[in-house]
Amino acid sequence: MGILEVKNVGKRFGGLQALGDVNLSVAENSVHAIIGPNGAGKSTLLNCFVGKLIPDTGSVMFDGQSVLGRSPHEINQMGISRVFQTPEIFADLSVMENMMIPCFAKRDGAFEMNAISSIGSQKDILERAEHMLEDMNMADKQHMHAGSLSRGDKRRLEIGMCLSQEPRLLLLDEPTAGMARADTNNTIDLLKQIKDTRDITIAIIEHDMHVVFSLAERITVLAQGTPLVEDTPENIKGHPKVREAYLGESA
Amino acid sequence: MFGLNKKDTTLLIIVAALCAFAPFLLNPFPEGSDMAQFNAGYPDLMQRFVIFGIFAIGFNILFGLTGYLSFGHAAFLGVGSYAAVWMFKLLSMNIIPAIILAVVVSGLFALLIGFISLRRSGIYFSILTLAFAQMSFALAYSVLTPITGGETGLQLALDDPRILGISQTAQGNIPVPGLFGMEMRDSFEWAVGSWLFTFNFGYYICALIMLISFYVSIRIFRSPFGMMLRAIKSNQQRLNYTGLNSRPYTLAAFVISGMYAGLAGGLMASMDPLAGAERMFWTASGEVVLMTILGGAGTLIGPILGAGMIKYMENIISKINETILHEWFYWMPDGIEDLLVAMVYPFIGKGWHLTLGIIFMLVVIFLPGGLVEGGQRIANLFRRRKAKKDDTKGTTEPAE
Ligand SMILES: Nc1ncnc2c1ncn2[C@@H]1O[C@H](COP(=O)(O)OP(=O)(O)OP(=O)(O)O)[C@@H](O)[C@H]1O
Ligand SMILES: [Mg+2]
Repeated sequence: MGILEVKNVGKRFGGLQALGDVNLSVAENSVHAIIGPNGAGKSTLLNCFVGKLIPDTGSVMFDGQSVLGRSPHEINQMGISRVFQTPEIFADLSVMENMMIPCFAKRDGAFEMNAISSIGSQKDILERAEHMLEDMNMADKQHMHAGSLSRGDKRRLEIGMCLSQEPRLLLLDEPTAGMARADTNNTIDLLKQIKDTRDITIAIIEHDMHVVFSLAERITVLAQGTPLVEDTPENIKGHPKVREAYLGESA
Repeated sequence: MFGLNKKDTTLLIIVAALCAFAPFLLNPFPEGSDMAQFNAGYPDLMQRFVIFGIFAIGFNILFGLTGYLSFGHAAFLGVGSYAAVWMFKLLSMNIIPAIILAVVVSGLFALLIGFISLRRSGIYFSILTLAFAQMSFALAYSVLTPITGGETGLQLALDDPRILGISQTAQGNIPVPGLFGMEMRDSFEWAVGSWLFTFNFGYYICALIMLISFYVSIRIFRSPFGMMLRAIKSNQQRLNYTGLNSRPYTLAAFVISGMYAGLAGGLMASMDPLAGAERMFWTASGEVVLMTILGGAGTLIGPILGAGMIKYMENIISKINETILHEWFYWMPDGIEDLLVAMVYPFIGKGWHLTLGIIFMLVVIFLPGGLVEGGQRIANLFRRRKAKKDDTKGTTEPAE
């Protein structure tokens, strides 16, 4: 039994069958990549895991509990964090404040009426956030407006925000898109370090094959809303169906 | 001090000083002079400055922090006024129970309206709050007449029961609101040369309560709760996917700002014990939006400045009439005098709304951060000039 069990998930947008009949099992403490051409339904699938979409058919179980019908904050509190395809951060807040918010969510839960104490008095949160920013190599930017960060930095910040929650399952939707090569390599190193040092399961959507083959232990190839194959990276590389449907495009 | 950082403490002290010395600051012109009509240091208007300051400070906690634009906050002000007057009628002329009931009732009312309205965001939220406020207005005006006094409004009467007080004074008058023996209308006048300064007890009570309200709002702004509210304005989706439930946060902000409005309404009734449905009319809700935006939404001091500016214009500019204009321009040649008067006339008296509208447009277009941004720009200008001067002197201070 994987930590995430997806059974017969289907989703239709009007006339478009975005997801056909998806079955997927993500093993605990593994890195599972989902690849596929543009429009294959990868992001749609992720949306079904985090409460953004409810699939028309099928079930999504996280650690033996259904996530369907729960709201996004409940699913997050269950232990699933998500990095979006386009960076989603608090653009009007400082980098430090961005990092503090998930720390509060981790410590206090979905709602806490903490209206009188000052932010500066929350020493444990400040420490945690600072520590995380150092891990992300962003300590020098902590007073900057998050909105004025470069695209790569925004994404790094978002990854850091998700990691600071110590999720059991981390969902990454193209985490290195729009990053310079050096940043991409940093991100790979960071994710490697995380998976080696923590009990965490990572599901990653990625177009960059370098990233996929550096990290993934299993790969699912999605095309037109249905999984084509699921296998180890070595086998995926040589798979004729995959080359045709996906890798063939770029080769 | 009081758990505030240095900058916020300074701000609080400045506001406290402005409140304390308002009777002088607002009366800069000697009695009987031509300019005396620009004096705003009379009790009635000073009370209104601080009461609407409270209203706007509270509104800013909702709108400035979360970005949820309520178009129905006057409903809470009105409810607060009614509650206070009922307390005067039934319990006592002491303003404390009246104000407490005003805050509690408006808070409960805000909980109900907020719970429903916050199911939507953006323009739909605004329309829902507007609809509720207009419904409240209509109810107060007609169906609820036994509670609200309908068209005439709710007033004190000679036969009010007033359990902890007297129904009539020895002279057969209706007693007036007070606090432990002092009456709200008690004033002390001080003539210095041809200047006349009025120190009114009611004003100082209101000012003190505004200072407390302002202090609480600073604490909220600087708290984790305040940060969550700003996060909601910035990216509500991210907040939800970070495990935080935005609904109770916005509802709490809505209720708090509703309680501020109720407090303002209760104080209004304490200064002048009557309440009318027109306090809930949509124009009153719009006014607090204007105050907050004009002063600077999301800033600490902005709403107070905006409230002061609008109330000043409403009361001072609206009193300038044609005769006064002729007096101003009498030294001009006749034709030009008439022309000038004709040109200025639309902007004064009843035309003060036009002046307000133009100022509001200019501020929104050129100073999106409101008067506070204007102040900051001026301050920056001076700082830059000073920096330049220092540069030419050849100092080696590090540039900021
Ligand atoms: N909310 C929506 N409403 C209608 N159609 C949608 C919606 N979301 C996605 N789609 C459609 O579903 C299909 C799958 O989209 P999805 O974003 O999941 O693809 P993807 O695999 O993530 O692609 P990419 O690699 O470009 O990110 C696309 O054709 C898209 O246009
Ligand atoms: Mg996608």
